Amino acid sequence: MATKASRSAARLMISPAVVLLLGWMLIPLCMTVYFSFLRFNLLNPGDNPFVGWENYRWFVTDPSFSAAMINTLVLVGGVLLITTIGGIMFALLLDQPMWGQGLIRIMVIAPFFVMPTVGALVWKNMFMNPVNGIFGHIAQSLGAAPIDFFSSIPLLSIVLIVSWQWLPFATLILLTAFQSLDQEQLEAAEMDGASWFNRFWYIMLPHLARAITVVILIQTIFLLSIFAEILVTTNGGPGVATTNLTYLIYVSSLLQYDVGMGSAGGVIAIILANIVAIFLMRMIGKNLDA
Amino acid sequence: MARAVPNSRKAINTAVAGTLGFIIFFPILWILILSFKTEGDAIKAPLQVLFSTGWTTESFGAVQERSDYFKHFTNSVVLALGSTILGLLVAVPAAWAMAFVPAKHTKNVLMWMLSTKMLPPVGVLVPIYLIFRDVGLLDTRTGLVIVLMLMNLPIIVWMLYTYFREIPGEILEAARMDGASLREEVIYVLTPMAIPGIASTVLLNIILAWNEAFWTLNLTASNAAPLTAFIASYSSPEGLFYAKLSAASVMAIAPILIMGWFSQKQLVRGLTFGAVK
Repeated sequence: MATKASRSAARLMISPAVVLLLGWMLIPLCMTVYFSFLRFNLLNPGDNPFVGWENYRWFVTDPSFSAAMINTLVLVGGVLLITTIGGIMFALLLDQPMWGQGLIRIMVIAPFFVMPTVGALVWKNMFMNPVNGIFGHIAQSLGAAPIDFFSSIPLLSIVLIVSWQWLPFATLILLTAFQSLDQEQLEAAEMDGASWFNRFWYIMLPHLARAITVVILIQTIFLLSIFAEILVTTNGGPGVATTNLTYLIYVSSLLQYDVGMGSAGGVIAIILANIVAIFLMRMIGKNLDA
Repeated sequence: MARAVPNSRKAINTAVAGTLGFIIFFPILWILILSFKTEGDAIKAPLQVLFSTGWTTESFGAVQERSDYFKHFTNSVVLALGSTILGLLVAVPAAWAMAFVPAKHTKNVLMWMLSTKMLPPVGVLVPIYLIFRDVGLLDTRTGLVIVLMLMNLPIIVWMLYTYFREIPGEILEAARMDGASLREEVIYVLTPMAIPGIASTVLLNIILAWNEAFWTLNLTASNAAPLTAFIASYSSPEGLFYAKLSAASVMAIAPILIMGWFSQKQLVRGLTFGAVK
């Protein structure tokens, strides 16, 4: 069916997308790599000498780098743990017969559509504020001392906010996966006397394995780039307590104008994200063949 | 065939799921309530807020006056629609060609496009910022439309491709046999069948562009700032006016929340790149 003419027409139709994405990816990427080897600060105009690995050495040996790496790990890991386990539980629950399922589903999914800056500010002020926030009011009415979330447990507070935003995503995808589960298989297992736990462990969980992996990989890609939530709540502080890698790079490049250093950080962030992306791409590729 | 479930079990399920769902939804409901309260009432204890009788819409007016809500709203609309339309113009031909004239490398090209989505934005923040500064695109809607379009292009191409692939090729062949020209084929056969897929893609893309909060925060100052940045300006201590913050938040999320509820299915398809079915 595909003639030579339609082949070349097809190539012509694909090329704008390819060229644009190639430009969007390659040009800035090459610039980032190039800048990362220069001493280049926007505050000190003049020539930008080549300094080899100096930026990387400075960036990596800075104590805020190791802090940022740990914070990134805690942030990504914490949110993944909460959203994956919570998502499995919610999906299990929503898959049960009940009244008003549509409405409940809509309520659970809603946070995903709330823009990051709104979600973070609402939690910060209306809930976590020690004086006027709801948690503060509850603590007071119980006679307990209110927790000052952002000074005593800043990173955990951000983990909670981000988990609230991503729980719907995990739930929605795991629910979709649940619904493709063969009900007859479950009923057969039940008739053969398998307990609920055994049915969950040996039938449902293996069926979900693929969806869980996808949830983890996709969320990791997005969670590595958490930025707005930190910007509007803590600005990375107190100290560097809530600075993740993305925020650290933002600080060095756009606040300290250190292009070289920020670029070195950028290259490190790209390498990290790529490690996750390789696994994700492999899974997507497998599905594309099927 | 589903078995009959006793009503008592259904009731328990409904109660548990309803309670948990309500807790998850509560922050959104709460700002909706606070946005209709006075500042004095809004900071009271939750029960007092609920039973305070003064309901007012003054906060919505105050938000418009204080920080020109409509300017930012317009920016958001322009960015979301602009990037989506521009993205469609590039993506529809590409996805069409990949779906109907598959070549040896089609799969690789598609995979490569998706992989660009995995690039962390912060990795290219510096060059993009400098390029924008040098060509005068900082804090312009044009610049952001381009960036948002490029950011979401892989998802648009991917989604359109999966929808187009579901259109059976035989129908096109039949149309051709009946003597339809390529133009007629596209207008009368392909377009009507592709419209649902395109609509879903548009919906998801508008949601993603509306809520994008890395580039919009870093590349705008005031002129082109969309609602994400507008809300961020409430993070200063003066943002502690709860009723106004709530009103501003409600106005920022309402349009997309409603659209989002209609696009649950497409969300799974678009954001998992088809890896979950």
